[in-house]
Amino acid sequence: MWGAWQTQPLTLAHTLAMLVGAVVILLITLGVVTYTILAERKVIGWMQWRIGPNRVGPLGLLQTVADVIKLLIKEDVIPAGADRPLFLLAPIIAFVPSFMVLAVLPFTMHHVFTANLAIGVLYYLGVSAITIHGVMLGGWASNNKYALIGGMRSAAQMLSYEVPLGLTLVGPVLLAGSMNINEIVQAQAKAGMWYVVPQILGFLVFLVAATAELNRTPFDLPEAESELVAGYHVEYTGFRFAFFMLAEYVYVFAMGSLCAALFFGGWSGPLLPGWLWFALKVTAFIFFQFWVRATMPRLRVDQLMTLSWKLLLPLALINLVITAGIKVLLH
Amino acid sequence: MSLIDEKDQVRTEEMLLNVGPQHPSTHGVFRLVVKISGETILDAEPVIGYLHRGTEKLAENLQYTQIIPYTDRLDYLAAMLNNYALCHTVEQALGLEIPERAEYLRVIVMEMNRIASHLLFIGTYLLDLGAMSPFLYVFAEREQIVQMFNEICGARLTYNYMRIGGVKWDAPPGWLDKVRAFVPHMRERLKMYDDLITGNEIFLNRVRGIGKYDTETALAHGMSGINLRCTGLAWDLRRKKPYSLYDRFDFSIPVGQNGDCFDRYYLHLLEMRESLKIIEQALEQIPDSGPVLGKVPKLIRVPAGEYYSGIEGARGELGFYIVSDGKDKPYRLKIRKPSFLNLQLLPQLLRGQNMANLIAILGAVDIVLGEVDA
Repeated sequence: MWGAWQTQPLTLAHTLAMLVGAVVILLITLGVVTYTILAERKVIGWMQWRIGPNRVGPLGLLQTVADVIKLLIKEDVIPAGADRPLFLLAPIIAFVPSFMVLAVLPFTMHHVFTANLAIGVLYYLGVSAITIHGVMLGGWASNNKYALIGGMRSAAQMLSYEVPLGLTLVGPVLLAGSMNINEIVQAQAKAGMWYVVPQILGFLVFLVAATAELNRTPFDLPEAESELVAGYHVEYTGFRFAFFMLAEYVYVFAMGSLCAALFFGGWSGPLLPGWLWFALKVTAFIFFQFWVRATMPRLRVDQLMTLSWKLLLPLALINLVITAGIKVLLH
Repeated sequence: MSLIDEKDQVRTEEMLLNVGPQHPSTHGVFRLVVKISGETILDAEPVIGYLHRGTEKLAENLQYTQIIPYTDRLDYLAAMLNNYALCHTVEQALGLEIPERAEYLRVIVMEMNRIASHLLFIGTYLLDLGAMSPFLYVFAEREQIVQMFNEICGARLTYNYMRIGGVKWDAPPGWLDKVRAFVPHMRERLKMYDDLITGNEIFLNRVRGIGKYDTETALAHGMSGINLRCTGLAWDLRRKKPYSLYDRFDFSIPVGQNGDCFDRYYLHLLEMRESLKIIEQALEQIPDSGPVLGKVPKLIRVPAGEYYSGIEGARGELGFYIVSDGKDKPYRLKIRKPSFLNLQLLPQLLRGQNMANLIAILGAVDIVLGEVDA
């Protein structure tokens, strides 16, 4: 239904439908993110023999809502020495791309409310790279030494891990012969095999690189609390801080979706409806992130670079060569 | 200086960074002024004194028993050991006989306190390195110890439990059984921590070979405790100059090999095992009943002279040096604070390291600012 509309000329009705669609996906994502944050606190709480938030609403279900409201009504502090325009711009630059990438992720078979882009994988990589600028600018514009170090670390880290991440995404693209994420999912459904099986090496590299890209433990150096207090967003308060946080968690959701779509067959699966399969796979990815966070210490910044360039990148390249070779042999 | 290249070159500048006094990893109000170039530390200068309360001076106007609560506030993670260090010095000066039961109770609470303190070190150290969970896990066992302390002396942190000549209160009924039950539980948990932390590749990469120094350097800086033993020298006052009842127990002194942060971490773990051994033996040997406070004059007057005695505290040699002019108050009291002395090597260790190693090295020194600043 939706895919057919995209080939037709743009009319007012289409525009309206798109707007409605965008708003719906925004609301869904916000809901998901709200409860991802709560789930993170609850799950890690249980892993650490705590109860986790349980005061606001039944079972603490309204905790994140209360937190967001608190952030929204907080005073908006801009440090005196800050580079004002950049300081105001940085959270937006960090936040907007995180929602833009959601457009190409196929939540169900029939592309409800999402763009059926032929270069979906490339689009995801390109757009998500914009966020780095927001993080770096935020660190720079704050005029705070800790924020600056945090911002620079983020830039170095996210750039380094973009490379192996991008290369591992090529694996499924080669296998499916398409950059359209939905077509990759369909190819997996047709082949009757998740790409995690032939791409196991690629998947492992992807998992590490994705965790680093998301700035999550053990790669949470940009906001390494014990070293940099809070990293690049140390000077941000209120809703500007909320933007950074939101972007981070939307990316966790988006990366989980990408992982599910490229390696675990996305919405495809027996019995259950497609969206439920998709949700289950994304949840598993997100849970894995929580689990790692509750277990691992943090890498050192130089070890982080070594890991990316000396280990992940060669592995991703080897995986790519093998995949391409097999593909050529089979044809 | 070349004038030609100047406009082509990117100008770089050193940055002065204040780590602390309010920083999540300084464990109190400790400040470190570091000069960094990029993330490399060129120079580091510790600034202390934010928690200075003048304990030594205050003691000059206090009777000996009155000083005991002040010692609680030195190394507030191991207050029992502080209590004992003071009482022991005064007892030595007076030549007092301590009842057996009191002495055993002292050993039990001291070793429990050592475990609580080491547990907290492991928790906070891992938190510094970015692992969140161990910090919360260790609080479970520490809570058990603290609860037992609460039962025996009515306080969870500042115990004020010991008196010159013994202890203030006998153990309540059933208390020793609780400790007895705690020992195997703690052993199991230590194994769990070992499994969770020690083999972790990321953790090993963070601490192995970091902050290395040798025995001579450590001795030259007056280091003691784990900070000295990590270099391979088996110097433990409980063995080398046995005080209290330590010559009656069978335990070993774990030593490190490389003098790096990993050794310092691991020794904390191993020492807890030895402390459990001591507690176990003390529980077997302790007499079932008896007085817990020896015959002590109402007004304690230390004969004129100078007295020093050191004990193996949780962080090193904790000593009290008393100069007495024969009155009921010390003429001068000097405390040998192990945290303070262990900190002396820090600037040297930090030079040339990066910011992440700063945290690893500072954390491994295991300082308590209440003691450093006194």
